[in-house]
Amino acid sequence: MEIVLAFVIGGLYAAGIYMMLRRSLVKLLIGLALLSHAANLLIFTAARLTRAGFPIIGMDQQALELPYADPLPQALILTAIVISFGVTAFALALSYRTYKSIHTDDLDKMKTTDEADDSKETSA
Amino acid sequence: MMIALTTLSVFGAALVAPLFFRNKNKLASWLIALLPLGITIYFASLLPRAAAENPETFSFNWAREFGANFSFRADSLSLLFAMLISGVGTLVVIYAGGYLGKNPNIGRFYAWLFIFMGAMLGVALSDNLLLLFIFWELTSLSSYVLIGFEHEKESARAAALQALLVTGGGGLAMLAGIILLGQISGTLEISALLSNTSTSLSAGGTAVQSHPLFIPALILILLGAFTKSAQFPFHFWLPNAMAAPTPVSAYLHSATMVKAGVYLLARLHPILGGNDIWLYTVSGVGLITMLVGSYLSFSQTDLKRLLAYSTLGALGTMTMLIGLGTPLALKAAVVLLFAHALYKGALFLVAGAIDHETGTRDVTQLGGLFRALPITGTAAGISALSMAGLPPLFGFIAKEVVYETGLEFNPWLMAAIIFMGLSTVFVAGVVGMGPFFGKLTESPKKPHEAPLSMWLGPILLTALSLLAGFFPSGISNLIVSPAVSSVAGEAVKVKLALWHGVNTAFLLSIATVIAGILLFSIRNSLRGVLQKIEWKWGPAYFYTLSLDGMNALARAQTRFLQSGTLRNYILIIILCVTLGGGYSLFRIGGFDILPQHISDVKFYEAAIAALILGAAIAAVTSSSRLGAIAALGAAGIGVALIFLQFGAPDLAITQFAIEALTVILFVLAFYHLPKFTQLSSPRARIRDAVIALFTGALMTMLVLAAVGVHISDSISTFFVENSLPLAHGRNIVNVILVDFRGMDTMGEITVLGIAGIGVYALLKFRRKKGRE
Repeated sequence: MEIVLAFVIGGLYAAGIYMMLRRSLVKLLIGLALLSHAANLLIFTAARLTRAGFPIIGMDQQALELPYADPLPQALILTAIVISFGVTAFALALSYRTYKSIHTDDLDKMKTTDEADDSKETSA
Repeated sequence: MMIALTTLSVFGAALVAPLFFRNKNKLASWLIALLPLGITIYFASLLPRAAAENPETFSFNWAREFGANFSFRADSLSLLFAMLISGVGTLVVIYAGGYLGKNPNIGRFYAWLFIFMGAMLGVALSDNLLLLFIFWELTSLSSYVLIGFEHEKESARAAALQALLVTGGGGLAMLAGIILLGQISGTLEISALLSNTSTSLSAGGTAVQSHPLFIPALILILLGAFTKSAQFPFHFWLPNAMAAPTPVSAYLHSATMVKAGVYLLARLHPILGGNDIWLYTVSGVGLITMLVGSYLSFSQTDLKRLLAYSTLGALGTMTMLIGLGTPLALKAAVVLLFAHALYKGALFLVAGAIDHETGTRDVTQLGGLFRALPITGTAAGISALSMAGLPPLFGFIAKEVVYETGLEFNPWLMAAIIFMGLSTVFVAGVVGMGPFFGKLTESPKKPHEAPLSMWLGPILLTALSLLAGFFPSGISNLIVSPAVSSVAGEAVKVKLALWHGVNTAFLLSIATVIAGILLFSIRNSLRGVLQKIEWKWGPAYFYTLSLDGMNALARAQTRFLQSGTLRNYILIIILCVTLGGGYSLFRIGGFDILPQHISDVKFYEAAIAALILGAAIAAVTSSSRLGAIAALGAAGIGVALIFLQFGAPDLAITQFAIEALTVILFVLAFYHLPKFTQLSSPRARIRDAVIALFTGALMTMLVLAAVGVHISDSISTFFVENSLPLAHGRNIVNVILVDFRGMDTMGEITVLGIAGIGVYALLKFRRKKGRE
């Protein structure tokens, strides 16, 4: 399964990076989201896969029964999922705002942070 | 203890100096000069002990692992140098009070002057090479501020920067050399190096010098000494440093700092000297510097630049003498060091007084000032005689010893020394005699005698030149003899006398003086001829060239790396990661995957994997926004299913929830954003696809490599074992997040909170039209 997942991760990275290299801001955001999936899966796989029990101690037990899935990478990934959601939300709001202000989502046309001045454009 | 305290107290004076001068009190400079005066007297009291080879020491452990210690040692060579620093320092402190007078920044000036003085004393007294290096760099730093004291002037700033770059760069080379020396010999304590039989020549060992790293260490340390003492080809910073206020020039660029390089050479001569590289490099560089400085001094008209070039000549002479390394040469170096500090210090101070009183330093505009400045004129005249090497002054004795050394070697060397002697007589005349005698010339300001604070220094230094000339044996027994011994690394008995009888050296020296006076009498036409010769390709030209080159390189690099295009940044980061990661993967020669590391593939798992990959491809290729978002969501769900499959229910739940939220957010946002359009050219798309696929392949290999690596699970075991007993929680992932690593989660919540505020602000606030 590790080998299969390695290719899945590679595919997600490739897709994410390709999208991040696009000129369109909206594609960049999709790329960012794909990249965070790839990274989470990378940590998960690199820390060993196991079909063994959840790292949860049963109500009638005093200690975790062997074998169990390693809880530490899970804790790391949980944090990463939540943080990447925060980043995505902020990036979405930012691109929304940017588009409203300068009327383009083409990164190559974003030369200034000033709001596009409609009156000037028409007169020129 | 006391020697460490003296250095420390000078730094203390730097702290209080600004307060001292706040009220512009005239007495302030006199009062604060008591400190260096007291230190000088204290050093003098140590002389007998040092001469008896029982020097005062102090050592305090600092960082033993690095071989760095606060260790100080006051042997005769150190004391000679330290007394020059504190003694000339006392006079300069008093002098600056008169020279800078009502300058509003005088407090700052004194603060840096004392920092410099403390650092300089540290250089002289340090017994640890790392400690010495720190003080050494501190002198470069403080000299930067002092040269650039008149920071409104661009020339002063440029000169300060030049001095800092040259001496600071040399200092760094020296640090590397010191570290190498420490690696070779196992100690950085100078006294240990000197007494160690494997390092010191005098103790009979050459183990250090036969080490393969010795030559790099020697060359690096020499670079430090050469840059500091303005040796060719690094000499150009010294004349430019004359942009400093005159007290600084007199103190740093004549008496003390520029001699630090010479001091270091003298200090380390027993350890590093005595081989051919030392002999030819040090004496060769010194010889060239001596000739260049002497030659260039003939054409100068500015008082301070005249003195600066002749100082170059003198520094070159000292370096050359230490390079030659015979007992006679070392004796000549030490005597010249002492004599030069006395007469050159006095003449620099005189030059400042002339500038201060007449408003010009141009020798062609100065003449007949003796009537107006009789005291300054007397000091200048007598010091000029000492510089020219006339009896009964100390300069005469120094010159005789230098001449004797030249005769000891060969006629060519002697000829070069006579050339230096000629220029010395010439400069002495132009600076010390020219402005005071002859016809009174109109000057920008009406001249009158300098205040007491400004003539005291020249007079005292001149008096010392006289005194030392009359009583050379006392000085030679007390300081020169033991100092030369520590340079030579063995006991050298030095006898100094004013009168040696008529010998070759004496006759040559008379000839030099007469020829020098002749040159002095035709100085205007001589200057006219020499000034026509221009040196475009000097080292200063290469300094400018390399500085401009570096700036151009930095600009080009910035334009390339900081292009302002997000895509380029991403591209650079990705390329660095893939190339670096790929290279190290290649270096370790791939990876092994053992069967026990691999779990089997169930068919529905393969289906999930296919789902994720298919979704990723769909997200990339979809031409509709909604399609891409749906594909993104599908990929997220797939990842969640993988989590669920391999023992991570918490992750799966979170991933499901977050994925749903993300899709909703995307849909909401994209409703307001433009439709997908193809913006990039096909070529760019292919290039990006290649890069992306390459990176993806590398990540795949990385995962495979990581799977084969054994990971220590001790940290997880701790969490698993202590979750219930310590934190009373059964879900270990949750316990880690909210308990063991609670502070991290706190940080995470903060990040989310800030992101939330950011989103709110972005959506809610709009700049009102029509404002600004």
